[in-house]
Amino acid sequence: MFGTYLYRELSNRRKQTAIIAAGMALAIALVMIVNGVAAGVRDAQSTVLASVYGVGTDITITQEPVQSAAGTEGAEGAAPERPRFEFGAEDGETTDGTTALSQSRLTSGIASITFDADALATALSLDSVSAATATLALTNVSFSGEVAAPTTTDAAEPGSGAGEGGAAGGRGGPDGAGGSAFNVDTFTVVGIDVGGESVGPLTSVELVDGRAFESSDSDANVVILDTSYATTSSLSVGDSLEIGGEEFEVIGTVTSTSADASTASNTYIPLDTAQRVAGLENQISTVYVQAASSTDIASVQASLQAELPDASVKTQEDLASSVSGSLSTASDLVVKLGTWLSIIVLAAAFLISVLLTTSGVSRRTREFGTLKAIGWSNGAVVRQVAGESLVQGAIGGVVGVAIGLLGILAINIAAPVLSGSAAATAVAGQGGGTGPGGGGNRFGDAASTAAATTDIALQIPVTFGIIGIAVLLAIVGGLVAGAFGGWRAARLRPAEALRSVA
Amino acid sequence: MYELSELTKKYETKRGPINALNKVSLNIPTGQMVAIQGPTGGGKSTLLQMLGALERPTSGTVTLENDELSGMPDSRLAEIRARTIGFVFQGFNLIPTLTAQENVETALAPLGLSTSDRRSRAQAALEKVGLGERLSHHPTELSGGQQQRVAIARALVKEPKVLLADEPTGNLDEQTRDEIMDLLEGLWRDEGLTLIIVTHDSAVAKRAERRLHLKHGSVTEKK
Repeated sequence: MFGTYLYRELSNRRKQTAIIAAGMALAIALVMIVNGVAAGVRDAQSTVLASVYGVGTDITITQEPVQSAAGTEGAEGAAPERPRFEFGAEDGETTDGTTALSQSRLTSGIASITFDADALATALSLDSVSAATATLALTNVSFSGEVAAPTTTDAAEPGSGAGEGGAAGGRGGPDGAGGSAFNVDTFTVVGIDVGGESVGPLTSVELVDGRAFESSDSDANVVILDTSYATTSSLSVGDSLEIGGEEFEVIGTVTSTSADASTASNTYIPLDTAQRVAGLENQISTVYVQAASSTDIASVQASLQAELPDASVKTQEDLASSVSGSLSTASDLVVKLGTWLSIIVLAAAFLISVLLTTSGVSRRTREFGTLKAIGWSNGAVVRQVAGESLVQGAIGGVVGVAIGLLGILAINIAAPVLSGSAAATAVAGQGGGTGPGGGGNRFGDAASTAAATTDIALQIPVTFGIIGIAVLLAIVGGLVAGAFGGWRAARLRPAEALRSVA
Repeated sequence: MYELSELTKKYETKRGPINALNKVSLNIPTGQMVAIQGPTGGGKSTLLQMLGALERPTSGTVTLENDELSGMPDSRLAEIRARTIGFVFQGFNLIPTLTAQENVETALAPLGLSTSDRRSRAQAALEKVGLGERLSHHPTELSGGQQQRVAIARALVKEPKVLLADEPTGNLDEQTRDEIMDLLEGLWRDEGLTLIIVTHDSAVAKRAERRLHLKHGSVTEKK
């Protein structure tokens, strides 16, 4: 009887059923899409973070810059240095009054603070740490160009900076009028522990050509290139590349495991080699830590912070907030607008459902009164009302899930591109200088050290969790409306059925 | 069947308390056909609600086959209504979304019968009131007289001991009224029911073995 009555009621009161189901469906679809977009944005953030921090990294340790009174960096670790090129009077080859000069320097760059490598040992000494590795983020700056050959009357003073090199070319020079021309080329270099750790930047890349690092490469001048950088620089395995004034053999090329993301650096060299060439013995810039389990992350973070009070110890969750760009805007939008919109629509749908159900009970007063008069118990009447509401909610749920899935499919097909970047170390205040002469440079362009700007097509994952939430909401919506309607029906006195006659 | 003792029912209104029933004492033997008449507001419907275990008295007692109804919990009263008492209403009170057969089946739902048993009994009840050909019709597809027949089938399908009818012919024309009363009277005789009818219609009341008059909450026998 319950099923027959329920079917007859819902099919004969189609308008009410459609309104309640439509409201519920709209709310559920919206919640699904907002939750899905939030998950998609989280995935995108993880992709951006993984491109910098690698896969499996739970915690990173870096050195925070500390502003000194003069406004420049000062920290417990080594302050970043600006590359400086010095040329002797005999350097370069002079032809027709023009001297060709070339020099490259490997420095910790202007976006990276280095600190003592003992931090790695500290991390590895913790019981809840399953793996840890250290890297040294560097910038290679190459200077190459032509300057007017110095004369006895207009030679630059010894020790003047690169920007001043072409200050007063009197005659000759590349432009034939005593001027100068030079190029400054920068690329990022990350020193990697070749021990094959399970964490770190190389965990998010895959080998395209050549080979990976081996233990025997520990202090060798070998380099692995990001494929994009290799392509733009016309380099391939077996070629040589000058880093910090030394020749390196290209042994492999890598690309990001994510189709969307770029790798963390243009080039990778062994950590010991990086420290030696850059003159930063026993210095590192980041420690990547993997906790034994996800439940240990908070305690490991606390322990590391206690052991390394001057360091910046951050979890992936902390780092997610460092992702900038339209990805960050999307995240804010989803969290703030999307969540509130979902709550409002959901509340409205629940309210409509409750109001229509209770007004339906009021309209059916005589019907329920009659049923009670012929022997239906309160429980049976309440079950009938609640059952109808639950089914209306379930219809809304099914339609809502379908609409939600279509919405998600539409977004996945449209695949809006979000860009995000995450810098391993962010240092402000150091731009490059511009030489006053015929040349100049902007070392500020090298500020992308150990950072990855990534364009990611938003893809919303369809998970059982998202569908589960939708189904749960449909059931809860039906139960809430059913509870109110049932409560109202239970309070009806059976004598109402006879009220029509005085 | 029924024994009413000092039965009083008061309603609180904005204009003060109203005594719908005032110390009514009454015996209704099993198998009797009783008509209750009286002016509007005289307490007829209130008395019927007391007899039907739909309302509790303010004071006094209603005893149905040795069961004192006023002190019973709601669940037990619902059980008595489900098994012992049948109702017929002036407005028929059929559920508009259900067919004639399904409407009759609603009376069997509380008894926990199997679906097939419920259906066959509902069909038999409808055939008994002359609606064997109208099983799948909805109330809106039936005339007033036919709707009241469905309501009578619904009241009788559970084989109650008492049938309470509240103005059962109030919404019907004379010819249909007589048909319905013939039907009720026939069922009363055949089934051995106790039939209690509230009516304004003297023609209906005259068919009863016993006539009661209710005015200002007090009952008197009418010859």
